[in-house]
Amino acid sequence: MSTLHTINKSPYSHNTLTSCLAVCSENDGILLLEDGVFGAITSAPVADELQKLIQNGISVFALISDIKARGLEDKLAPNIKLVDYNIFVQLTINHRSVQSWY
Amino acid sequence: MQLHIHGRDIALDKDGYLINLEDWDKEIANTIAAQENILLTPAHWEIIALLQEFYREFELSPAMRALVKYTEKKLGTEKGHSIYLLELFPPSPARIASKIAGLPRPTNCL
Amino acid sequence: MSKKILLISRQAPYGKSTAREAIDIALAASVYDQDIGILFMDDGVFQLLKNQQSNQIDQKNIASILPALALYGIENIYAHQESLNARAIRADELILDNLQLLNNKDVGSLLNQQDHLLSF
Repeated sequence: MSTLHTINKSPYSHNTLTSCLAVCSENDGILLLEDGVFGAITSAPVADELQKLIQNGISVFALISDIKARGLEDKLAPNIKLVDYNIFVQLTINHRSVQSWY
Repeated sequence: MQLHIHGRDIALDKDGYLINLEDWDKEIANTIAAQENILLTPAHWEIIALLQEFYREFELSPAMRALVKYTEKKLGTEKGHSIYLLELFPPSPARIASKIAGLPRPTNCL
Repeated sequence: MSKKILLISRQAPYGKSTAREAIDIALAASVYDQDIGILFMDDGVFQLLKNQQSNQIDQKNIASILPALALYGIENIYAHQESLNARAIRADELILDNLQLLNNKDVGSLLNQQDHLLSF
């Protein structure tokens, strides 16, 4: 069984993404939303760690409207899946439980 | 709300619990108990003292489950069950006994 | 039916009411006979320090209330080892003798065993 982690704070000013990455496990999902989407760009403080986890089977999603709203489409790191609100809902159903790191 | 005892005015909250725990004395306990139709016996006082000890230790009024466990721990299995406490402080021991002991209403009590 | 519920408490005590709210939820949920655990991580591990004197700031003492959890049937209390390490907190500085220390991997599997996660 797996957990969906949601992050809504910027990794430049909060440690929520760092905490999440430390404890998330294989087959978990991470959804970046609101200011959490700053974690999806190539210069993010935890970008290398995020790529390593993606290689290890963790899925990373970012809410497309929050990405677009902040003008980040051209700055995205590879292998991050952009999702809309419908898929967001699907993700919460497809995981056993949801942990909001706020 | 207020309680008038021998010329003293004791402040109570809307449910009849003491607002200032320092106000509490045995006379106030007897008065509140009488309002609940309870005549305090040594068995009652033992539980009242226990509740006050619980409050000093944990800064919390116990819900029923915690009160039963704490009674069992401190006074033994014979007294540490809900029926014993229910007979002393009907119909809701944690709620009624906390009121008589001068503690705040237990917040986690059904 | 009893569900497995984990409360994740990640804020320091007193500065905000979040830490106390997590405890109140745990106490309230215990009335319904649910299988409840609490995990302290990040700044939440500061709640576990001995020698808290919260009367200095007119607040109820978190370190006094936490030991009551066992009387409410809440036996599964965890602390994140790496969060303790990062703050140079030793095991002998902690309240609660039934505390279970978990590393990153342990926390990951703990999360995946739960029916519900509540964040504080």
